[in-house]
Amino acid sequence: MTEALLEVTDLKKHYPVRAGVLRRQVGTVHAVDGVSFALGIGETLGLVGESGCGKSTVARSVLRLVEPTSGQIRLRGEDITHLSKTELRPHRRSMQIVFQDPFASLNPRMTAGDIVGEPIAVHGLASGKALEARVAKLFEQVGLRPDQMRNFPHQFSGGQRQRICIARALALEPRLIVCDEPVSALDVSIQAQVINLLIDLQRQHGFSYLFIAHDLAVVAHISHRVAVMYLGRIVEIADKDELFRNPRHPYTQALLASVPIANPHAKKIAPLVDGDVPSPVNPPSGCAFHTRCRFAMERCKTERPALVDAGVGHQVACLLNEGTGRSQ
Amino acid sequence: MADMSDLVLDVKNLRTVFFTNSGLFKAVDDVSFTVRRGETLAIVGESGCGKSVTALSLLRLVPDPPGRIVGGSVTLEGTDLLTLDDAEMRAIRGNRISMIFQEPMTSLNPVMRIGHQIVEAVRLHRNMSAKEAHDLAIEMLRLVRIPEPARRAREYPHQLSGGMRQRAMIAMALACRPALLIADEPTTALDVTIQAQILALILDLQKELGTGLVLITHDLGVVAQTAQRVIVMYAGKKVEEASVEALFAAPKHPYTRGLMASIPAVPASDVAPQARLNEIPGTVPSLVRLPAGCAFAPRCKLAIKRCQEEYPPLADWGGGHLAACWRAAEVAEVA
Ligand SMILES: Nc1ncnc2c1ncn2[C@@H]1O[C@H](COP(=O)(O)OP(=O)(O)OP(=O)(O)O)[C@@H](O)[C@H]1O
Ligand SMILES: Nc1ncnc2c1ncn2[C@@H]1O[C@H](COP(=O)(O)OP(=O)(O)OP(=O)(O)O)[C@@H](O)[C@H]1O
Ligand code: SF4
Ligand code: SF4
Ligand SMILES: [Mg+2]
Ligand SMILES: [Mg+2]
Repeated sequence: MTEALLEVTDLKKHYPVRAGVLRRQVGTVHAVDGVSFALGIGETLGLVGESGCGKSTVARSVLRLVEPTSGQIRLRGEDITHLSKTELRPHRRSMQIVFQDPFASLNPRMTAGDIVGEPIAVHGLASGKALEARVAKLFEQVGLRPDQMRNFPHQFSGGQRQRICIARALALEPRLIVCDEPVSALDVSIQAQVINLLIDLQRQHGFSYLFIAHDLAVVAHISHRVAVMYLGRIVEIADKDELFRNPRHPYTQALLASVPIANPHAKKIAPLVDGDVPSPVNPPSGCAFHTRCRFAMERCKTERPALVDAGVGHQVACLLNEGTGRSQ
Repeated sequence: MADMSDLVLDVKNLRTVFFTNSGLFKAVDDVSFTVRRGETLAIVGESGCGKSVTALSLLRLVPDPPGRIVGGSVTLEGTDLLTLDDAEMRAIRGNRISMIFQEPMTSLNPVMRIGHQIVEAVRLHRNMSAKEAHDLAIEMLRLVRIPEPARRAREYPHQLSGGMRQRAMIAMALACRPALLIADEPTTALDVTIQAQILALILDLQKELGTGLVLITHDLGVVAQTAQRVIVMYAGKKVEEASVEALFAAPKHPYTRGLMASIPAVPASDVAPQARLNEIPGTVPSLVRLPAGCAFAPRCKLAIKRCQEEYPPLADWGGGHLAACWRAAEVAEVA
């Protein structure tokens, strides 16, 4: 990997669980429980994993939209974990996010054009006609028509709103774009346009992406490396090709086998991992996946596998893979 | 053709328009389809082509103003919903016909606990004690695989992850065991393992209760694996309809072909690093200023002069495979 743009070390985010009239704390949600990774300049790291495993929480922590409980976030070598709002401001421009729920993240009283143009105006980069032209260009890039700039968010369809969010994130040509399910609301042809656009921009400007998505085919196309999370931790991380050809963690294997195939004659979807998703409040002991793992052994209930290198930069946290590599 | 008594839903010539500052446009233009007991009909199409507005029209939830249903009929179990008064419609909505919305946050009440929202929905339609409704709510949350349903029931929507919110909504929609379920992108926020579980769950309940399902999704893999029939929409109109086998084997409309070609490869196959995905060039035309002829003409590689001038009628190309394209007969050879 080239120079690191973003380095995340042992990131944790815990939420208190409160109950009763006194709202006393009765437990802790281990939303993110010790996540480390680095993202190079011009690199895309795909982040996949079960719903509720902490992907959005990682995304928001990286941008300091939620305060991490512990751990460290470094942007271009500078520790930004504890910067104040004012100290953070110069970094804001270089980090943008496209949120998972587009409707909740758009101001309903602003026109789509103003929403996309706002960051450009706020940073005093353009105004008047020049601003309008820039916004119009952004609209075209994400497959919207410039005449739609006058419309309000509720007048757009779900997929169109998602594209407004993408245009807004691109407006400042940030160094890092965190994409939280940026294309899941789009039909496959628009999705292809957006993915191609993101790849083109990366080639031209060296943007880095932290790319969260449930669609593994999309992740495979855009990512250089892919990390798989389960219950607040990374359980496998490797180069894209290596991960898809040679998945080592039983959860990753189940994930790849569950992708529905666009062929009515293909084998029907049969849930491969069954059983209830464990709670992040009382995560299972040992390997958190043992309650649903086909290969679980007695020791999986008590021993927690560490993320170890299984060769060619392929790291995996599973007791079955122990001995195939060395501890990191 | 199926026995008529088997029909849960019969939509005929549905038309819904919006009045906006840039003019009037037809978001749903003369769309017809049927759903039988236990059948799954998928609706696919470009973002903004009118899928959600079609769904909202069935439930009579189109915001008025600016929108209005201006024509057609929506017959659910023999009753035309468009002729009902508001009170009658409320009694049916969430009871005989239920919807899973595309964006969960827009339909969950942010200041009400999840469990309570389900209890309210259930008690509106079913004669149940508070205790029974509460037990049912927890049971439904468990069915959609929410861990620790009793604890989650006490939480507010913002405390759940995106996928859990979507599952909570699915639980609410299924709680009253509707005759027709409309699911607008029900699994987009879910990872594939949970998606497989939820789809299996919806299909099981469907089999058990004979629920008709209208499934709106962009995921053609999901369509192939769950639906029996598919309709394809483009710019407010139905441009193709076929059995799922026929559609995937030989799509007749150039737009459908373009859509199928854009599906990213399944990861296990060897994809070249960062290969460009196929896309259909251009954007959907403004619905306010639709071309006179075929709305797909500006983007269609097969377009001929006639396409610009005359709208192609929906024709049957055999075995109920409908397509609206002047050149449908040649699509397989030319494209
Ligand atoms: N504000 C909050 N208060 C309490 N718990 C929270 C809060 N935000 C998130 N959580 C919990 O943290 C865990 C991780 O949530 P997160 O949104 O990061 O998941 P995710 O991986 O993005 O899931 P999805 O794929 O469903 O979007 C979940 O159990 C969630 O309920
Ligand atoms: N309240 C509204 N006011 C004005 N126009 C609207 C309104 N709601 C929807 N529209 C427009 O109607 C058209 C159809 O929207 P609809 O939400 O049905 O699209 P969709 O097919 O569901 O797309 P997606 O796949 O992106 O969700 C779009 O062009 C949209 O901009
Ligand atoms: S450590 Fe054990 S339970 Fe965990 S993934 Fe490996 S085999 Fe399965
Ligand atoms: S009618 Fe003409 S423009 Fe329309 S899809 Fe067919 S060939 Fe293309
Ligand atoms: Mg999320
Ligand atoms: Mg929609």
